Amino acid sequence: MTGNIGGNVLLTMAGYFASLSLFAFGGANAAIPDMQRISVDVMHWMTAKEFADTFAIAQMSPGPNVIIVALIGYHVAGLPGAGVATLAMCGPTCVLAFVVSRVWDRFKAARWRVVLQNGLVPVALGLIAASAIVIARTADHGLVAVAITVVTAIVAFATRLNPMWLFAAGGVIGLSGLV
Amino acid sequence: MTDSSVPVSPEARPVSPDVGELFLAFVKVALSGFGAALPWARRMIVDQKQWMTAQEFNESFALSQFLPGPNVVNFSVVFGARFAGVPGALAAFLGLMLPPVVIVLILGVLYAHFGEMAALSRILSGVVCAAIGLLIATVAKMAKPLFTQGWDWAPLIAIAAVVGVAILRWPLPYVFLGLAPLSIALAWFKKAGP
Repeated sequence: MTGNIGGNVLLTMAGYFASLSLFAFGGANAAIPDMQRISVDVMHWMTAKEFADTFAIAQMSPGPNVIIVALIGYHVAGLPGAGVATLAMCGPTCVLAFVVSRVWDRFKAARWRVVLQNGLVPVALGLIAASAIVIARTADHGLVAVAITVVTAIVAFATRLNPMWLFAAGGVIGLSGLV
Repeated sequence: MTDSSVPVSPEARPVSPDVGELFLAFVKVALSGFGAALPWARRMIVDQKQWMTAQEFNESFALSQFLPGPNVVNFSVVFGARFAGVPGALAAFLGLMLPPVVIVLILGVLYAHFGEMAALSRILSGVVCAAIGLLIATVAKMAKPLFTQGWDWAPLIAIAAVVGVAILRWPLPYVFLGLAPLSIALAWFKKAGP
């Protein structure tokens, strides 16, 4: 954590996360690569390993994946940073959701809405796949590490097992020193 | 708990939730959902409380997915506003976000103090691998309908997004603004075609 919390870094984070949120089609996981790019490569807020750890902690925690921004904000500027990052990431799209929900029924069956949605799905899909790649690049590449990833992917795809058990299994295997 | 197979007519539905109930309902959704909160939100709202029918839930959630930003957070706002206006939206949002943010910050503080510890670092290395697997499963689930519905152009758009964001490391807004209009245009022609 930086010892000297200036208003500047809070403003930078607020502006960054607010604008990022408006492009986060596919949810917070679609925005992970850009968060990594900014936090590690551009602003040097943290190392790649710290970012991967931050991602892991956010995934292990209950609740929406977007809480990763609270962790990034905390790492950069303590509790004020956590609050600013979270509100900046959620505020604009929540207001948008509120406004659109008031007029949504009118457009529910509109053709352009279906087209828009169909067009956005492949982009969101690519962005989430990019998240997996960006994080995987900084993770371990041993046989056991890859095995955990593959087994988790198959189990999560084919069953409705609570992901908590998969994280727990990954954590225990990691602790044992096999990864 | 109510059997979800029993059909509920609108008249038979109990009264709408008030602000306090909205807050508590989303606290519960937040704390039971690891990875994705959606299945828990559906179970609570449709199956247990019967505040919405399955179709109403799907429509409201489709709206939340249609918009940018965290889907389930958008949904909490849409859902809260539907029953109790702005106070309802705030109550649902705070219920969904406050407990997880407090928990994740406690973990963050522990990490800041003990992150250098070899044991913690090893645990997180294992969890990261599992989390990557979960992302891959999410992608696979999203990709499934693309193949059954014959969106032949869709994989190209997805691959272009991967290359732009993960390989070239371009900023997300540039990649999005470059690809989304193209993708939407292709979706339009596909729909207009035979």
